[in-house]
Amino acid sequence: MLRTIAWRVPQIVATLVILSLVAYLAIGAMPGDPISLAMMADPRLGPEDVARMRALHGLDQPLLARWSAWATGVLRGEFGYSRLFARPAAEVLWPALRGSLVLLGTALALAAGIGVAAGMLAALRPRWRGVVDALALVSQAVPAFWLGILLIILFAVTLGWLPAGGVPDSGGVAETARFLVLPVATLAIAHLAAYARHTAAAMADVLRAPWITAARARGAPESRIAFRHALPNAAVPLLSLLALDAGGLVSGALITETVFARPGMGKLLTDAVMGSDQNLALLALLLVAGVTMLATLAADVAQRALDPRLAA
Amino acid sequence: MTRLRAGLAILLLLVIAAVAAPGVAAWLGVDPDVPDILARQAPPSADHPLGTDELGRDILVRLLVGARVSLAVGAAAAVASTVIGLAAGLLAAWRGGWVDAVVMRVADGLLALPALPLLVLLAALDPSAIGLPRGDASADVVRIVAILALFGWVGVARLTRAAAISVLARDHVRAARALGVGEGRLLRRHVVPALAAPLAVAGSLAVAGAILAESTLSFLGLGIQPPAASWGNMLANAQDLVFSAPMAALWPGLAIALAVAGAMLVADGLREG
Repeated sequence: MLRTIAWRVPQIVATLVILSLVAYLAIGAMPGDPISLAMMADPRLGPEDVARMRALHGLDQPLLARWSAWATGVLRGEFGYSRLFARPAAEVLWPALRGSLVLLGTALALAAGIGVAAGMLAALRPRWRGVVDALALVSQAVPAFWLGILLIILFAVTLGWLPAGGVPDSGGVAETARFLVLPVATLAIAHLAAYARHTAAAMADVLRAPWITAARARGAPESRIAFRHALPNAAVPLLSLLALDAGGLVSGALITETVFARPGMGKLLTDAVMGSDQNLALLALLLVAGVTMLATLAADVAQRALDPRLAA
Repeated sequence: MTRLRAGLAILLLLVIAAVAAPGVAAWLGVDPDVPDILARQAPPSADHPLGTDELGRDILVRLLVGARVSLAVGAAAAVASTVIGLAAGLLAAWRGGWVDAVVMRVADGLLALPALPLLVLLAALDPSAIGLPRGDASADVVRIVAILALFGWVGVARLTRAAAISVLARDHVRAARALGVGEGRLLRRHVVPALAAPLAVAGSLAVAGAILAESTLSFLGLGIQPPAASWGNMLANAQDLVFSAPMAALWPGLAIALAVAGAMLVADGLREG
């Protein structure tokens, strides 16, 4: 176990370093650096002003030197300023991250809960299997942006029960919740299918195991077999699915954020990359990639702890 | 078996729609890309069986043309992802050691990245800088397929690697090696054919993923550029019109869901065998 961690953590760090370099070079190679944007905004800027500004911002240095200067800053905990928002990148990131964590945390908790329940239903009650399969197929095939639009048409336009998008001005809990219902429903429905399918498959596998037959032979009630014997074992493969979604917690949901006009990491990441806001884009990218890889590692470790057969 | 048949039937339906698009357009006497300002948001009629959109273009014909885009992107991206993924996965399984480690770390790195913002970034880059054409709808299709293949190979590669490792350890492969069969022939004749079943599943899942990704990019305005029709960009306008023309949002979304479900049913059916 410790060996796994000791071996994987340096790999993650190395991947992050390489990733930051590749992303830095890619963003740096995009046309239109901050100074050329300033030139377009102000026609009075002459060539000598431009050269002075480039030197001032270090843009006359080669890309590699700029990257190492940036990396040194990061090691000291300085993530630099966001160009688009003219504030420290970490300060800009925080509200978007909080928005995404609330939205996706709620949606994924719902998706995992309902998905696992539906998967168990499909595995334990074969009559329901077809229904659960069909619903899972629909939820995977329907594009999130269409689902969002349909929910808006039904609940915001036709019935007028819920707001069509945005965030409330005042921070009352009930009001915040009202604005969350439709985006959370959109995301939860989109993520639910994977949990339902994986749970159904894993439960069906586990229920064929000899120790389930043994438990039945000893007269254990079916509910105890389902929840105490089958579910914990079936949950082991689900952990890797959960780990992949954990990355989504911090990377946000661009489509849902766009359709419902909510601030979040998906929108921030896209805006930062498109606006060649290097410091902000790199910070967000590294956060997302780091969290995803750490979550995968955590899931691997947890799986090995829960299932000694994997430890070998 | 029923799933495989249902999925194939849906995909066949879409192929027929794609092939019939120019014929239907000629029969109705409408051009899918030319606005008709006097017939904006017309209700369904004999001239326009599903009505017209906010610029007076026939919705039915645009849907049929959209089927061409979705099928072209889905098929091409799936083939490209499968070929690259097969090569990478096979290489990793066959060579092992540091080659395996490098290929799989690259794959992990791509998986750890937020896929959608990166797709958006790549779609927004000027394609002429890397030698891809820019302009009409077919150029957009080529551009989107290239972007999707860049990410799509990862899933196929992981699957191929896992399957190939077990095939390479089988007795018939070891027997062939012992008989002195060359490594190239060994892979071609004895390993790749044994991978056909998992590859077919991965390929049909790639079709579903590509159709969904294309519609998402087009919805965000970065895929197929208007006036050319794609199901995704038809929905982009529909969101602004939910109050005046809610029905305009119905058909393109339904078409996307149907196409994706078709490809996924095929994958499910193939998996069950």
